[in-house]
Formats: sequence, structure tokens, C-alpha cells
Amino acid sequence: MSFLVAENISLQFGGLKAVDQVNFAVERGEIFTIIGPNGAGKTSIFNLISRFYNPTSGRLFFDGEEFTSAPPHRIAKMGIARTFQNIELFDNTTVLSNLLVGRHCHATTNLVQELLFLPAVRRAEFEHRFRVEQVIELLDLEPYRDKLISGLPYGVRKVIELARALCSEPKLMLLDEPSSGLNVEETDDMSFWIRDIRDELGITVLMVEHDMNLVSRVSDRVLALNYGRELATGTPSEVQSHPEVVAAYLGT
Amino acid sequence: MLDFIQQLVSGVALGCIYGLIALGFVLIYKTTEVVNFAQGELLMLGGFFAFTFIALLGLNYWIGFALAVVCMAAFGAASERFVLRPVLGSPQFSIVMATVGLGFFLRSVAGMIWGTDDLKIDTPFSTGVLRIGDLVLAHDKLSVIVATAILCIALYLFFTKTQLGTAMRATSENMLAAYYMGIPVKTVVSLTWAISAAVAACAGVLLAPITFIHSNVGLVLALKAFPAAVLGGFGSIPGAVVGGIIIGVIENMAGFYLAQGWKDVAPHIVLLTMLLLKPEGLFGHIGRKKV
Repeated sequence: MSFLVAENISLQFGGLKAVDQVNFAVERGEIFTIIGPNGAGKTSIFNLISRFYNPTSGRLFFDGEEFTSAPPHRIAKMGIARTFQNIELFDNTTVLSNLLVGRHCHATTNLVQELLFLPAVRRAEFEHRFRVEQVIELLDLEPYRDKLISGLPYGVRKVIELARALCSEPKLMLLDEPSSGLNVEETDDMSFWIRDIRDELGITVLMVEHDMNLVSRVSDRVLALNYGRELATGTPSEVQSHPEVVAAYLGT
Repeated sequence: MLDFIQQLVSGVALGCIYGLIALGFVLIYKTTEVVNFAQGELLMLGGFFAFTFIALLGLNYWIGFALAVVCMAAFGAASERFVLRPVLGSPQFSIVMATVGLGFFLRSVAGMIWGTDDLKIDTPFSTGVLRIGDLVLAHDKLSVIVATAILCIALYLFFTKTQLGTAMRATSENMLAAYYMGIPVKTVVSLTWAISAAVAACAGVLLAPITFIHSNVGLVLALKAFPAAVLGGFGSIPGAVVGGIIIGVIENMAGFYLAQGWKDVAPHIVLLTMLLLKPEGLFGHIGRKKV
């Protein structure tokens, strides 16, 4: 079975079918992108996978196990991390603290140990800090380590959110519009990092993206959606030249 | 001078009680953005529980105290689960009204169970005094101050040094992100209510020898604790305690040095002045929207 499988998933809000019988499978080590015009149901699919919404019907499998009804806070423990379209960071604290919270799902110590600050806690803290520093180095975040999030520009925050997701050492990374709001150079950097995440860290990437240039540069396979239904799946060039996809973007 | 110090200590003791209630307001507000107007009733209930354990069942003071706090923590978590969670997502006003309703309900029920007379419990602090030269300080007041200090230190350590405390802070900053960091947000919210109720119970038991226990004790105190929380900058935990102490001292000083009537008005005058001059409170910060 593939790494992440969505089997006939649907999501209905009253009479509106946001996601309609969608099937797809992401292979291990793949960069898989979901594209589609506004309102096509891309983010809804993300929210289904990250368990923010419950699917009306259909099933979800990750690494061979069904997780259709897992609560959202279990996602991180399973090895799935996500970023958000509109950046959800802990604004009133430093970059370092944000990244350390990303380590929460790897907590090994308990309340009593922590209050007594036992050697085990010290060791665990060193380990967490070490992993965080690796991520900081990977994404060139050294200059911002002790800065408050609220004072940082949008582009940097976007990278920090990616860094925080990496700190949880996920097996699958969900990126919701990684390039939205970024300028041309920042988008370039982002595309390199997405490849690095896969090539160097071996993390499977599932993303939603509008920038077709970025999509064709990094994706192995693309799923195109419109009105919640699947239009085409295949390599970026196959999907881009698919007649129904062209029609959906340009009108008929 | 002696009078002044005497009044100062009483004021600080009273202020600590306000501070503990304000702390409960702030804890719940920070995690869920709900102002819990039943906070005073949680204090009242804590007092009644202690009365039941100590005076009715004849348990040792400390055991009764601990049991009352544990029961109230469970009660707090339960009120979150059964009163607040069902209305979550409704307009802010409905949620606030639910807490007001909870307060009314608890006051009436307490009146039905324990009656409307003033109750008292014998505590190790009820009668003793500490003499320093000519200064006479009652043990009951000192116990409030010491206990508040211990509680504040314990909460500070909990929030800064433990994973769970950090998870709670993260939840209050950004609930959505907290979910995807693997933090069980619903449990954290219940826990916040449990801690708030436990803190209120501590205040209720400590207050028992000073004001007695009756079903309206919480209402009056919460009305004073609210300005304390605002004074400290609603949302700041140290601010709540400092705000409480300031309100307590002002109230006591006004009661002693000024004409009758000023005692109840003075804290609100300070609050209004504060809101005019520094609306974000002592420890608050102004949120600025980026566009």
C-alpha cells in the first residue's frame, strides 16, 4: 500500500460538496502537489488529512494504518506535520521557543521529573535543542534565533513555520501554499528547501500550491481538482496539458 | 506609622485574595478568551467544601484543605466539559452569559445545601497573632500572604519549567498551531479550568477565618477582583496578583483614612484613572494589527 492513501473521501457542508469522492495515493519519498482554481477543495483535503474536518465519507490511511477518526493532536505523533496558508505561529515568543514547541510530540519526561529538573530532563533538553539547531542551520535561520516572531517580516515567518514543522521530525510534511505572499527570491529559496527536505531528510511532501512555476520545478506528481472533484493526476507537464485542467483554469 | 503598617498588611492580605481570583480570570481568559464570571462562585464553593470536610466530617484542617482543592479542581474541569464546551463556537456574548448563569446556579445550589447562615471553620490560623514590637499581625492574614506567594511560585515553575505548562502557554498563544504540535488542546483547556478552580478554592479556604463562608461571598469578591485583573493588564498572570494587591491596599487605606463610603469607591476610581492613562494595564501590551 502507498504511504498516504485517500480512499473515496468526501466532505459536504450542507448542500455544498467541498470534496467529492476524491482518490489519491502518495508514495514514500515523493513530492505530491494538489492544484486547482480557488475553491476547488485543496485546503479542505488538507484539513481532512490533518483531521481538522471529519470526512462525510471515505477513509484515510497513513503508513498502512487507518487514521480516518484520529483526533488532530495525534497527527504530530503519527509523523505528520503541517504548515498553514496564513501562518499560525506563537507570535509573542522567540523563534527558538517556537521551534522547541515543535519538539512537543517527542516529550519523554514527566511533570515530576521536570519540576525536580532531573538529569534525564537535562539530557532530553539538550537533545531537543540539538535537533532544533540542526533545523536552524538547514534553513539559515541563525540571525533570527532569539528574535520575537511579531517583529519578523512575513517571508521569514513562513520559513520559521516550515522549520517548526521540521522540528517534529515528521515522515510526511503537509505544506499549505508554501509560496503565498513570498517574493520571487523567497519563492526560489522555498523551492530549494522543499527539495532539500525530501532529498536530505527523506520526508515525503504533500503540498497545495498556486504558483505553477514552483509546482513544475519541485513536484513529482500533481493532482488537479475542480469543484471538489478530481480532474487529472500525473507528472506536472501531463497535468498542465490535460484538456480539462486547461479548461478549468482558462474557462471554455 | 504603626497604623499604616497594620493597614498595609491587612490590605495586602485582602489584595492577595483578589489577586488569586483575578489569576483565575486571567488563566481562563488567556487559554480560551472567555471571561469566567463564575470565578467568585468557585471560591465560595471551595470554602463550602472545606467546611464540609473540616467542620462536618471532622477531618484534619490540612487534609480537608487538600480535599477541597482537589474536589474543586475536578469541579472546574467538569464545568468546562459540561457547561462551556457545548457552547464553544457560539458568539462571545452567549459564552459569557453561560458563565454568569453558572454563577447564579452555584449560588442558589450552595444556599440550598449549606443554608444561608454564615459558617465558620476552625483553622490553625484563626486566633494566633504575630507580635513584632508594638505591631500585631493576625495569623489568618499572614497565612493568606504566605500561601499566595507559594502558589505564585508553584504556578510560575509549572508554566515555565514543565512540558505541560509550556503546552498550556502554547495553546493560549495559538490553539490551531498547538493542535498540530501534538498538544491535546481539549485536555489542556479542561486543565486550565481545573487549575483556576483549584486556585479559587485555595483562596476560599484561606479566606474562611477572615470573612466566614456564605453563598454570596464570591460575588462581592469577584466584583473587586475584576478591576484587579484589568489593572494588571487582563492576560498577564503577575499583573493579576500585583493588580489584586494594589486594589486591596487602596481599599483598606481608603477605609481607614477617608470618610465612610470611600472604601468601596476608591478601587474603581483607581481603575478608571488607570484606564484613562494606561488602558493596556500595568503588565499588558497593546496589540497592533499589521496590515
